[in-house]
Amino acid sequence: MSNQDFVRSLPQYSATGAPARLRQIHLDPIMLLAIAAVIGLGLVVLYSAADRNMTLFGNQIVRLGIATAAMIVAAQIRPRFYMRWTPVFYVGGLIMLLLVLAVGVTVKGSQRWLELPGGLPRFQPSELMKVAVPMMVAWYFHDRPLPPRFSDLCVALLIIAVPAGCIILQPDLGTGILVAFAGVAVVLLSGLYWKWVAMAGVALAMAAPGLWYLLQDYQRQRILTLFDPNSDPLGAGWNIIQSTTAIGSGGVYGKGLFQGTQSHLDFLPESHTDFIIAVIGEELGLVGVLTVLSLYLVLVARGLYIATQASHTFERLVAGALTLTFFVYAFVNVAMVCGLLPVVGVPLPLVSYGGTSAITLMASFGIIMSVRTHRGW
Amino acid sequence: MSPRIAIKDDARERRVFAARAATAFLVVLMLVGGLVLRLIQLQVWEHETYQTRSEQNRIQVQPLAPPRGLIYDRNGELLASNRPISTLTVVQERVRDLPGLIDELAGLVEITPEDVERFNERRERRRRPFEPVALKLNLSEEEVARLAVNRHRLPGVEIATELVRHYPLDALMAHAVGSVRRVTEDDLRRLDGVRYSATRFIGRHGVERYYEQSLHGDVGYQKVETDAHGRIRQVLDINPPVAGQNITVHLDSRLQIAAAAALGDRRGAVVALDPRSGGILAMVSQPAYDPNLFVTGISDEQYRSLVSSRDTPLFNRAINGQYAPGSTFKPIVGLAGLSLGVVGWDEEIVDQGWFRLPGQDRIYRDWSWTPDNSGGQGRVDLHRAIYRSSNVFFYDMATRMDIDDLSGFAAQFGLGQRLAVDVPETSPGLLPDRDWKRSARNLPWYPGDSVNIGIGQGDLLVTPLQLATVAATIANRGRIVRPRMLLASDRPLAEFDPPPPLPPVQGPSPDDWERMVDAMEAVVHRGNQGYGQNGTAWYYIGQEIPYRMAGKSGTAQVVEIQQGEQYDEEELGEYERKHAWFIAFAPADDPVIALAVLVENGGGGSAVAAPVAREVLDAYLLPQLAAR
Repeated sequence: MSNQDFVRSLPQYSATGAPARLRQIHLDPIMLLAIAAVIGLGLVVLYSAADRNMTLFGNQIVRLGIATAAMIVAAQIRPRFYMRWTPVFYVGGLIMLLLVLAVGVTVKGSQRWLELPGGLPRFQPSELMKVAVPMMVAWYFHDRPLPPRFSDLCVALLIIAVPAGCIILQPDLGTGILVAFAGVAVVLLSGLYWKWVAMAGVALAMAAPGLWYLLQDYQRQRILTLFDPNSDPLGAGWNIIQSTTAIGSGGVYGKGLFQGTQSHLDFLPESHTDFIIAVIGEELGLVGVLTVLSLYLVLVARGLYIATQASHTFERLVAGALTLTFFVYAFVNVAMVCGLLPVVGVPLPLVSYGGTSAITLMASFGIIMSVRTHRGW
Repeated sequence: MSPRIAIKDDARERRVFAARAATAFLVVLMLVGGLVLRLIQLQVWEHETYQTRSEQNRIQVQPLAPPRGLIYDRNGELLASNRPISTLTVVQERVRDLPGLIDELAGLVEITPEDVERFNERRERRRRPFEPVALKLNLSEEEVARLAVNRHRLPGVEIATELVRHYPLDALMAHAVGSVRRVTEDDLRRLDGVRYSATRFIGRHGVERYYEQSLHGDVGYQKVETDAHGRIRQVLDINPPVAGQNITVHLDSRLQIAAAAALGDRRGAVVALDPRSGGILAMVSQPAYDPNLFVTGISDEQYRSLVSSRDTPLFNRAINGQYAPGSTFKPIVGLAGLSLGVVGWDEEIVDQGWFRLPGQDRIYRDWSWTPDNSGGQGRVDLHRAIYRSSNVFFYDMATRMDIDDLSGFAAQFGLGQRLAVDVPETSPGLLPDRDWKRSARNLPWYPGDSVNIGIGQGDLLVTPLQLATVAATIANRGRIVRPRMLLASDRPLAEFDPPPPLPPVQGPSPDDWERMVDAMEAVVHRGNQGYGQNGTAWYYIGQEIPYRMAGKSGTAQVVEIQQGEQYDEEELGEYERKHAWFIAFAPADDPVIALAVLVENGGGGSAVAAPVAREVLDAYLLPQLAAR
């Protein structure tokens, strides 16, 4: 703890100038720069992908504005405050999840939304859990000896499994797995013995054939399509054939902004939402996609660095887990569009059109920045 | 502080966490590396494949159907044209509530349950997403307008327009010009797939079938940029189609109308030729069908009734109906007898109304025979045998000739053969001889067979087109011409390749021909001579006739009449009654038209078929005479 104070009193940290001023308002300059770059690039591509639709573009700006506000607010709150309120968030979120299962609004065949009274926008509790679950696991671990003992591990897994199970029941397998991953990331970062990790891996591999039978038909179809998109070129395989065609035809430098035929002639489905990376690949080429991936890498590296530098266990675990969760989003989305993973409904972080996920992500970055910029515990 | 905290080793936790974070970052780098490898695979190594695929997505080469060549009659009247029809189509993917939409459309245009059924069938077939599916064909202009007005509230509804075949004279020319039908998968395997890539109709019968290649034209192409829904965004390049050739046929629609009217609603056929060229002036087969039905979509019910009708409207009697020629065959037998030297013009026999082969009991009757044997034509020479149509004279004549000689002579008139230049699907009829009987029936030729052939019965079969050719050959005094449809075309047609002209009929002298024509003139014009002395057709058609016409009636038995019984029309069913024939040409000394008339189960040739022939000849000749 004293070590941190010492570092922060070094001249370069007390220097004046923009970075220092940003830090005074609890924002991390490197992270902020990378986020701004991704959002900027994303907006340009979205404008093209949405066929210069100004309404859509305006909506996205408004949402990103709200998300940025969420980030700034989240960054102002002390990590200690987060820890104190974590159980409340978690239990509240869990209650809402159960409410969704009971009375939620059905959209596209699954119950994910909670209609709020008084004209407030609809709310998706599973989004809250993406942050609340890793925080709860970190809260549980913060005053226990690490690496976790077996009994603590069991409690942690229960904390993860209950909300993840609820989300999977909605049914939303993709989000459920991602929420579970956020929690598991905390467990892994806490120093869980590799022997146990290996055993869990073996157990999961053995359970895999059984899990196959638990999947819905359309989910199995998506996985099968991954291996042979041409088995159903006009149906389930269409998305993957068209997205790989879009990316591949872009080449190294791309066809140029607004010039993508795959997206502008409607061959590419969901071109401004989940499949927007294919538009980047087609119009801006390998260069464009690598730029986006590099910016993501900067964010991940910075997040992990901030986590390692944090003074308190809770801070470390939360910052690290949120960073890794962010990466998983990005990876799953790009891998899916490239035809390496089955099609799941995961947007490209900070780029895809859509509000809820952007707000959650930016709030996570706010929490990470809070860890970075608040002196002491 | 609880004692448990004391166990926590903050420095160790920090180290462990740092190691884990480093491991995690390593995994992150590996995963990103994997993505980068995949991207390089797609965008660098396999870039060209995907670029091609993207171009194929975007750019489509669409074939453009050529307009089908038009068919005119000899007077420049359109027999087959093209007209645009509009089809109501639905893009299923853009419709939320399909049954609701169909209900709404039914309020604007008439949609039958059958339309909906077919629409559902078409929807089941495999197709591209966003491909329009036809719901109702052949919209009227009013319906198109009503749909256009309501279009804004009917998303997914589109109207497609295309050129299709149209037959302005409906059923009248169905058996002469033929018709088109939809191109089938089989056709596409058989035909040049590229040439027919945009073509939806192909010649089915008649002129449409024979000149398919020339009428079709050459397919064109356009290179277009389309979106994923198949909608054209822009045309990049166009290579227009070349319209099919327009052709003019010998047919005379006014004569065709007259012939169809003369037949009325009786089953039968009329074929009229220009004996000088062989041009087919009229070809009627009744009942007929409306060929337009096969273009705009025929309902199952309509098709079933066409196919299953006992009157067989789809059957072209003019070229495929094969019947015994009856007495219309007698002029050929007479000419054969003259050529073979078994009879002269002066030779007479006595016709008592019946004929018996030496040493046999069977009686062969004349048409004037009565059960008390009081009939008969008395003393008969060849001339009288023609105008009185004496059976006994020709029974006798046929027995005097070897059947192979008689068959060989008759073959020179085209019987038993397909002579037409450009009429597809004709039937050859049957001209029996010894070889045929041995191979078909495994029996020797009996003298009784010859007796029957003498009056055009027995196994002999001819089509109306063949008998019209016989009439034209006699009109030409032995010069035989092949029947043909094509009169003119802008450019030479690849299909028109007439075989060399046939040699004239060998045997009869010019005098024989003239006297045979005289005898046939007497059939029509010899009148007011008293009972049993007039030409057989004079009473029915020979009076007040302003031109000279030569003709011969025929009455072909359908069922055999038992020995000793009389033919009684009342006792026989409609389809067992005799077929009525008449062949004729006019003017007798310089013929410009020759024809054959058949009335199925009509009865006597002179009474039933001859008046039809007279009406057709009048329709053709009276305007010409008036003009002179």
